[in-house]
Amino acid sequence: MNLPVLARARVTVRTWPFVIDVGVAVCALAVFFAFVSTGEYWIGKPVPVVPISHSIGALPAYAFYSLVRIFIAYLMSLTFAVAYGYTAAYNPRIEAWMIAVLDILQSIPVLSFLPPVVLAMVALIPGHQIGVEMGVVLLIFTGQVWNLAFSFYSSLKAIPREMIEASRIYRYSAWQRFWQLEMPYATIGLVWNSIVSVAGGWFALMACEMFTMGTRNFQLPGLGSYLQTAANSGDVRALIAGFTLVILIVVATDQLVWRPLIAWSDKFKFEQVESSDRVTSPILTLLHRSRLFSELPGELWARVEEPIYRRLARAKENRVVHALDDGGSRNAASPALWTVAVVLLTVVGWGALQAMLMLRTVTWPEFRLLLEGAGATFLRVNASLLISALWTIPVGVTIGFNPKLARFIQPLAQILASVPATAFFPILLIGLVKIGGGLGIGSIALMLLGTQWYILFNVIAGAMSIPSDLREVASLYHFPRLQRWTQVILPGIFPYLITGMVTASGGAWNASVFAEYSRMPDRTLETVGLGAQISAATDAGRFPILLLATIFISLMVVTMNRLVWRRLYRLAETRYKLEG
Amino acid sequence: MQEMAVQGPAEAVETDAIIRAEKIEKYYSQPSENRIQVIAPTDLSIVPGEIVALLGPSGSGKSTMLRMLTGLSRPSAGKVYWHEKPIDNTEINVSIVFQSFALFPWMTVLENVEAPLKARGITPDERHERSMKMLDTVGLDGFEAAYPKELSGGMRQRVGFARALVVEPEVLFMDEPFSALDVLTAENLRSELLELWGKKTMPTRSVFIVTHNIEEAVLLADRIIVLGRNPGHIRTDFRVQIPQPRDRKAEPFTQLVDYIYKVLTRPDVAPTEAPDHQHPSPRPRDQRQMRYQMLPHARPGGIAGLLELLLDKGGRDDIYRLADDLAFEIDDLLPTVDAAQLLAFLKVDEGDASITEAGSEYANSEILRQKELFRDAALEHVLLLRQIRRALESKSDHTVPEEFFLDMLDEQFSDDESRLQMETAINWGRYAELFDFDAARRRFVMPDALEEEIAPSGEAE
Repeated sequence: MNLPVLARARVTVRTWPFVIDVGVAVCALAVFFAFVSTGEYWIGKPVPVVPISHSIGALPAYAFYSLVRIFIAYLMSLTFAVAYGYTAAYNPRIEAWMIAVLDILQSIPVLSFLPPVVLAMVALIPGHQIGVEMGVVLLIFTGQVWNLAFSFYSSLKAIPREMIEASRIYRYSAWQRFWQLEMPYATIGLVWNSIVSVAGGWFALMACEMFTMGTRNFQLPGLGSYLQTAANSGDVRALIAGFTLVILIVVATDQLVWRPLIAWSDKFKFEQVESSDRVTSPILTLLHRSRLFSELPGELWARVEEPIYRRLARAKENRVVHALDDGGSRNAASPALWTVAVVLLTVVGWGALQAMLMLRTVTWPEFRLLLEGAGATFLRVNASLLISALWTIPVGVTIGFNPKLARFIQPLAQILASVPATAFFPILLIGLVKIGGGLGIGSIALMLLGTQWYILFNVIAGAMSIPSDLREVASLYHFPRLQRWTQVILPGIFPYLITGMVTASGGAWNASVFAEYSRMPDRTLETVGLGAQISAATDAGRFPILLLATIFISLMVVTMNRLVWRRLYRLAETRYKLEG
Repeated sequence: MQEMAVQGPAEAVETDAIIRAEKIEKYYSQPSENRIQVIAPTDLSIVPGEIVALLGPSGSGKSTMLRMLTGLSRPSAGKVYWHEKPIDNTEINVSIVFQSFALFPWMTVLENVEAPLKARGITPDERHERSMKMLDTVGLDGFEAAYPKELSGGMRQRVGFARALVVEPEVLFMDEPFSALDVLTAENLRSELLELWGKKTMPTRSVFIVTHNIEEAVLLADRIIVLGRNPGHIRTDFRVQIPQPRDRKAEPFTQLVDYIYKVLTRPDVAPTEAPDHQHPSPRPRDQRQMRYQMLPHARPGGIAGLLELLLDKGGRDDIYRLADDLAFEIDDLLPTVDAAQLLAFLKVDEGDASITEAGSEYANSEILRQKELFRDAALEHVLLLRQIRRALESKSDHTVPEEFFLDMLDEQFSDDESRLQMETAINWGRYAELFDFDAARRRFVMPDALEEEIAPSGEAE
């Protein structure tokens, strides 16, 4: 780079980046210490019930533990999502299966995973705290991973054909293709889905750090446990402090992680012309100015990758052009693959059989109760969606048509969507108990808490995307209000509305498990519903009921997706797409 | 590339072929046992020293052919050889310039050009040096740090060329490289490509270009292959003898364009010999010198009626008697007779109208076949219709405003007459399904079925 402007700029800002570099170094030291102390705690003897202090002074430590869990779970999710998506996209033989599995897994509420996952981890790593910890981390993982995997898979599938052909004809190795084509192409989708995922992770964490399973109690140090114990003992001061901290963390994550990432990912936009409105992030600008961050990673990376490229170029595999229309999987499957498939099939078959046998213990009245619960929860979920849509559409459109307001509100909605609804629950529950209301209606309010923000966020985005000439046409020809809504606004926001509703619907089902049942020290609040039955079954260790209820939820979600959402999605993609 | 041999360009023997395809075909099997044949078994060779243009309507498998020749797509049957070795396990050295450029938007211009070298394990220093030199060659020095989206379409395709040439390919493949660009930019890039080729500044030994633009093919190619459809097959494969640089307005050029045009518009007729340009044909057809004929304002239905009547009368009759029989004033009948004469459906000598062979075929055919015959006759004999059609084909969006032709007609006719001429032309063109006319926007548009035929190939191919 011999551009004089760039050189001068670097000299004048020299002192500032140096401060940042020092700051970065200090941060690195702190991270190192954090690793060491977390490690000590994890390797220690298992303590299923860690006493939770109510003092505000203990909060930072709890927040730290929770953050570490989320972070590890997120890294696992990302790795898994990339591996899963990659395998599914490039193995036509198993592609349909893998996607169907993903579809079913994502319909299962997080809490249904709790008993099997925790029991398995405790059994696998006995004698260490890390066993219990891994169980909880895995639960958070199940709350984060599925949409990431979907996102990566569909990005791979959407890469324009000529780009793939270019990478083939220039004999890119799989390694180069991954870093220069596939990963960049998937980045934007991964960033946006990460925001949703991490919010889902917090949601799960709030409920999973402290739970009862049959006769065993688990309580891990963390924000979720802190909020629950504070609520149980009615310590409002501690509750507010904990809640404030949750919001602070969410806002900080938004500002320090997501905004810079969104701004950075702008360069991966697959567009022909540069768009004018770009997200900016002061943090990213700072990082760009810091020499440590703007140059060092690139240089280090080059050292790592140059030898790899040289070695790969020598491989016979990478010296020929591979035809696109014969994937490696078309070849006859190797015996090893068959063995794996047979073993897998046997294990799955045996497991399914055992589960079926277990289901036989469910009595007829229990079954009827489950059916009733399914109906109730179904109505509740859709009621919460309807209420969300009813208020967010007019509000969102009003905000979206006012660019100044939208610029301020939309990031706020994004943050609100990231605040785990489960953190609100204890507070709301206290309120409900005070006014003597039951959970029947209260649970709808609880579901609303988590779901409405996604719809609001998307409706605002949709309203902003309606071209101003369409709106001008409406006012020029004096469209009456009804016509304006039915012919301009609703069709215009339709694709966005559907995106928001799909996300919200998934969240509402997940929330039903927490919202319909709450165990207080002195009493248990619950209402008729599948979610309540899942929670109660977990508490009581009634696995057949848990399994059956989970199957019900999964069936309903998958059916809804197939019959309703997928169709609406297709409609949104074809008829209501506004092309720039 | 080290063997930059100076072989005689055109006289290369078949065995010297860089790429040789032997009976390659493409079909898709369906579960129900029957298969959809996309490309019929085809032999094709690319020899050193020539620019080959592959022309054809879409659905003729131009792009598929290119992909099979580069090894990107495996033929369903047959084999492709690279210097007589099977292409799928030989180290080959080809590049493709894509219609959509296929640049990586997250990489700078320089990184884009360096990427293929990186894949070949070339050291960073050499990579940088070779890429910068290539960027310089294509006229992009100073842009190495820019991102593709900051560049214009033409500049982006230059990056595409730099990336393709930096690996010093033995064969440079191009898949409609200029069809996403505006007319001027495309023209500019074409001449630069010819310059690079002519001066041997690029080590490439052969260029293979897929295009739907006839003039582009005639302008660039030493050899033109025309593909037909259903399934894709080679209809004609001939050498272009016109020396470079070629003049679009020169007679041999327009003649060749006309010839290819006829081959393409008559998928059912076996192509005749390509015109031999050493001996210009007696009938010159320079469009610029040619004046528009006065179109008689007749309706195609009237022409058909007249011919049928004439046929009933034994194929020959006095025009006056005809008018009498029809209770027409002669002035009412004449335009129809003139039109039939213009289309060579009948001949008039000394007041007698006699039906021609084409005319009787027309009169005896059913409606769809009539349209086809009318189309062929109209394209051959009516300059205005030919021009409209050709303009539609060469425009990337396949629409042309009426205004454009009215302006040209105005130079020859009065305002009112120009409009009448246009009206008749629209009438005939619509009937023959040569084009559609969007009355609301006053634009000619390619009819859907034909649009598919000539439109730039999408990813369907």
